Amino acid sequence: MGIEEKLGNLGVVTYRLEDVVNWGRTNAMWPLLFGLACCAIEMMSTQAAHYDASRFGMELNRPSPRQSDLMIVAGRVSRKMAPVIRRLYDQMPYPKWVIAMGDCASCGGVFNNYAIVQGVDEIVPVDVYVAGCPPRPEALIDGIMTLHEKIRNDKITDWA
Amino acid sequence: MGFMIPQASDSIQELSVEELRAKVGTGMEIVDAEEHMLLSMGPQHPSTHGVLRLLVELDGETVVNLAPDIGFLHTGIEKNMESKTYTKALVMTDRMDYLTPMTNNMVYIMAVEKLLGIEITPRAQTLRLILAELSRLASHLVWLGTSALDLAAMSVFLYCFREREYILDIFEMVSGQRMMVSYFRPGGLWRDVPDEFEPAVRKLLDFMPAKIADYEALLDQNPIFLERAKGVGVISGEQAVAWGLTGPSMRASGVDWDNRRDMPYGGYETYEFEVPVEHEGDVYARYRCRMREMRECLRLIRQGLDRLKPGPVNIDDHKIVPPPRAELGRSMEAVIHHFKLWTAGFTAPEGYVYQVIESPRGEIGCYLRGNGTNKPARVHFRGPSYVNLASLPLLANNSFVADLVAVIGSIDIVLGEIDR
Repeated sequence: MGIEEKLGNLGVVTYRLEDVVNWGRTNAMWPLLFGLACCAIEMMSTQAAHYDASRFGMELNRPSPRQSDLMIVAGRVSRKMAPVIRRLYDQMPYPKWVIAMGDCASCGGVFNNYAIVQGVDEIVPVDVYVAGCPPRPEALIDGIMTLHEKIRNDKITDWA
Repeated sequence: MGFMIPQASDSIQELSVEELRAKVGTGMEIVDAEEHMLLSMGPQHPSTHGVLRLLVELDGETVVNLAPDIGFLHTGIEKNMESKTYTKALVMTDRMDYLTPMTNNMVYIMAVEKLLGIEITPRAQTLRLILAELSRLASHLVWLGTSALDLAAMSVFLYCFREREYILDIFEMVSGQRMMVSYFRPGGLWRDVPDEFEPAVRKLLDFMPAKIADYEALLDQNPIFLERAKGVGVISGEQAVAWGLTGPSMRASGVDWDNRRDMPYGGYETYEFEVPVEHEGDVYARYRCRMREMRECLRLIRQGLDRLKPGPVNIDDHKIVPPPRAELGRSMEAVIHHFKLWTAGFTAPEGYVYQVIESPRGEIGCYLRGNGTNKPARVHFRGPSYVNLASLPLLANNSFVADLVAVIGSIDIVLGEIDR
């Protein structure tokens, strides 16, 4: 099974570089340990035993942005928090991705008022939006799978 | 609002030790301040339980002074509620203290009902009590999981969330949502619980005591946890009262006060339960207090289920409670009521009320002022986390930075409710 089947007796595998790199990128994502509000509790549920995010190679949350490549913006982004999020995003090394988890992070949600940034895409580029208030853990997992899909289709010419 | 990228320096306060000391002081004499350094902890920090920022003045590794910098999650919930009808404003309360939405629903709805002067049915009252206790249990489970995680006990977190999932499944069964339930409505409940509700809760009552014993076995025999919890973050009973601590954090200092028993509401006066009180006032006592409270929750839920009788869950006043869907096809009056309720809502009289209940974190109060229209003129919450946080400088004084993490975990704060 696995890779040795394809090896034959040659000891050589031919594969496209972008596929290998994208495969590596999708299967060991390190999310930033960073929750904002209600969605963070569902994000914790996703990582806990019942939904088990380690199936996707991402059970390890790094509290330091320097060690992580995925930012899950879980919750409402207030105007006071916005510069902090931007600074965290800037501190993450490339390649990096952002998931806007929940309605508040995606578009402001129920809080259309003076305090809340109407969508985190006003401050950082977002790859995947996950709807729900808060999204179920299944929805977040679906968002992660969608991101994996997106990364697998990355072209070598687009790499930063 | 234009497309504006905020600059990193826009609102993060940069302070010096002297400025911090001028802003806050614990009243303690600070000597030999030459060598002190200022540490900014948060807002992105794994153990601040959300987006709390602490400015800590350190003498070596000892905390001399600290100031919580809050507002990173300010949502304008109270202001937003003023622009919504009484029923629609309810969804805002869920998102305040998101670990225990049912309690927030309950305090707001009880305030609305007080303003309207209505009495709910016995079945609704019992169901509210059961669900409020279930959410207390769920909230304590999150507290236990996360604060044990802060003290390097990883497996407790996994166990706690496993049982919490079961409670969330019950919430989903009754309300259709896992967390933001908005299940309590003025005049009763959104609808009656399904038939599967009672067996599901009974199953929880059966397996839960053994699970609580499991958590205790994991922590009470864990020397690292004991070492880091015992004798850390001590506050005396008098100080706890003076600083406005409420809930288990206060009862762990020997103050025997629980709103459920001493200012009864929602039928608690007819139930038999104990209020756990501990006397040491440290992190370990607060942990013990909450663990014992979880068992009392189970007792209350069991009594509630035993006295649950069939009957209506909503009052028979279609000026406040929407008529059943089936009636809309038969009765013109029902159509009018339905239309009026979901477009304009009901009007509440002029006046103000204040309702206090016991949330898992302490005393949550709702001040509600009506002005004769269909929207509240002012809603204000007395959040337990907000007031409990104020005592953090006292609790953490002269402790190590590592103990600060234990102390933050032990007062069980939820930033959503602090900042609102």
